[in-house]
Amino acid sequence: MSDENSRPPIDETPVEATAEAPATAAAKPKLSDEEKAAKIAAAKAKAAARKAAEAAADEAPKPPWEDKPVPPERSEAGDDPDVAALAQAVTGSVLAADSFAGQVTVTVPSEAIVDVCRFLKATQRFTFLVDLTAVDWPEREEGRFDVVYWMHRFDDQRRLRLRAVVGEGDAIGSVTGVWKTANWMEREVYDLFGIVFSDHPGLERILTWEGFNGHPLRKDFPVEGIDTGAAIYPDVYPPGGGPVVASEGEEQA
Amino acid sequence: MNGPDASLFDVEEMEVNFGPQHPATHGVLRVRVTLDGEKIVDAKPIIGYLHRGTEKLFETMDFPQCIPHTDRMDYIAAATNNQGFCVTMEKLLGITIPPRAAYIRMILAELQRLASHLVWFATHAIDIGAITPFFYNFRDRDEILDLFEAYCGARLTLNTVKIGGVPFELPEGWTARCRALANAFPGKIDEYETLLTDNRIWKKRTVGIGVVSPGEAVEWGLTGPPLRGSGVRWDIRKIFPYDRYDEVDFEVPTGSNGDTYDRYLVRVAEMRQSVRIIQQCLDRLPEGPIMARAPKVLRAKEGMVYGSVEAPKGELGYFVVTTEKATKPYRCRVRPPSFVNLQALPAMVRGHLVADLVAVIGTLDIVLGEIDR
Repeated sequence: MSDENSRPPIDETPVEATAEAPATAAAKPKLSDEEKAAKIAAAKAKAAARKAAEAAADEAPKPPWEDKPVPPERSEAGDDPDVAALAQAVTGSVLAADSFAGQVTVTVPSEAIVDVCRFLKATQRFTFLVDLTAVDWPEREEGRFDVVYWMHRFDDQRRLRLRAVVGEGDAIGSVTGVWKTANWMEREVYDLFGIVFSDHPGLERILTWEGFNGHPLRKDFPVEGIDTGAAIYPDVYPPGGGPVVASEGEEQA
Repeated sequence: MNGPDASLFDVEEMEVNFGPQHPATHGVLRVRVTLDGEKIVDAKPIIGYLHRGTEKLFETMDFPQCIPHTDRMDYIAAATNNQGFCVTMEKLLGITIPPRAAYIRMILAELQRLASHLVWFATHAIDIGAITPFFYNFRDRDEILDLFEAYCGARLTLNTVKIGGVPFELPEGWTARCRALANAFPGKIDEYETLLTDNRIWKKRTVGIGVVSPGEAVEWGLTGPPLRGSGVRWDIRKIFPYDRYDEVDFEVPTGSNGDTYDRYLVRVAEMRQSVRIIQQCLDRLPEGPIMARAPKVLRAKEGMVYGSVEAPKGELGYFVVTTEKATKPYRCRVRPPSFVNLQALPAMVRGHLVADLVAVIGTLDIVLGEIDR
């Protein structure tokens, strides 16, 4: 099929206006006739080559540091042996279990925390409490705080995390009787979050001082801090006024 | 009964404040000591004088902005603090770092361990009364700090690890300087050891002082040299290798008696192992990029991750909680080794003399910056 036959006659009328035009107009279709096939073939070959190169690049393993990061996925961990053993030993203790970045988190009811920890230490041999801390979720309905326990077993170097939800003003059992390490960690959580641990041998503030008004790591505590002058030296700095206010008053007097 | 007034023989306990402004407390530690004569009946560490709310500040900053703040916690060992945070963030974001970056990190971390142990050696010895090691230790620590300065411009608060790698390529001639230092270092450790290891006074002050049994050490959650001094072979670099610690060959030295002298021996042996690691890293230092191809703005998924490294003081852990698409940590908890180790202090000093309290504080190798955060 030729291009000239298929072209509508309207196209040819403006071409005759100039002298050179007919030559080019005549040459163009001729060129396209011969070269189009070649061009198409070349383009096809190019595309194929590009595709082949892309495919080869996909197949060749890129080192992971040159690829996009692969964030860890969350998965169910109910069939984990420790979780299964815990669910069997302490009824109703496993509310949920998930695994993220290879770390298993078990959500347990806060009332059962001491029993759960005692079982995990005695039977599952999690003899080492690595960390104990809390997270504040002020908007959450099921309870404001997460108390998080992170324990280690020496036999196979495995770690397990417990998460217990505690409402504002509620108390949670202290695990100082299970691991001595928990003592200061629970004091710190009490100090910075205001979570009370019942049966703790000496639940005092640890990083802030006795009489400090507030719990700094709660989300509603201002980052810039609060005026605390009155609490330490009530006779020097009157309650309600901070150190700056008091010293200004003294200067005026 | 004839003789002096009976009240002279009454047992009267006395409470004494040790610190917070006392050179032997390594910062602003205060210990309320209950004494019976010169014997310690009880000791109660009171901390928080250096509390700066670092964990609260983390919540207001983007992930990379947190790194300089980690420097200020264990300011004697800033590089391992940076490394700990970055290792945790990489776990959370799924970033794999290039091998060259990992090796540079390991060199920096081990140099930092040497520097930190030198400060411990110097201050521990000076607390007990041996002033000479101080001069040797600080002379050699300065060379390490010079290396840090050549690498990143800072000597103490390095801020020299980035999420995804390290910020700078090694400057020209740095590896040669580092190798010279590493090769000369075992000789220097011998030099320190001639001052103390077989010193009769040193042994009298440290052997049998502050004994912790392996079971107690685990119960108290001790990590690092205090745990290994009690004979528990446990090192994060071995059990949960981060960076490329699984590719280098080193040993985990342990003690057997769990006393101050054993912890001293463990730390000295650790310095030798650090030198070995540095030498191996320099030998194998691979070519290639120093940063992973990570996005400019790091966004995390919802989740919680705990990552830890073996800092000179023990297991330094970061527990990061994030919300979906967050650029800042929702909560970043630091598990400082010194904080947990210090908790065992009362149990370690009960029944000893006041002078031994100084020895035990020294052997725990605490840094108040990371205890109080």
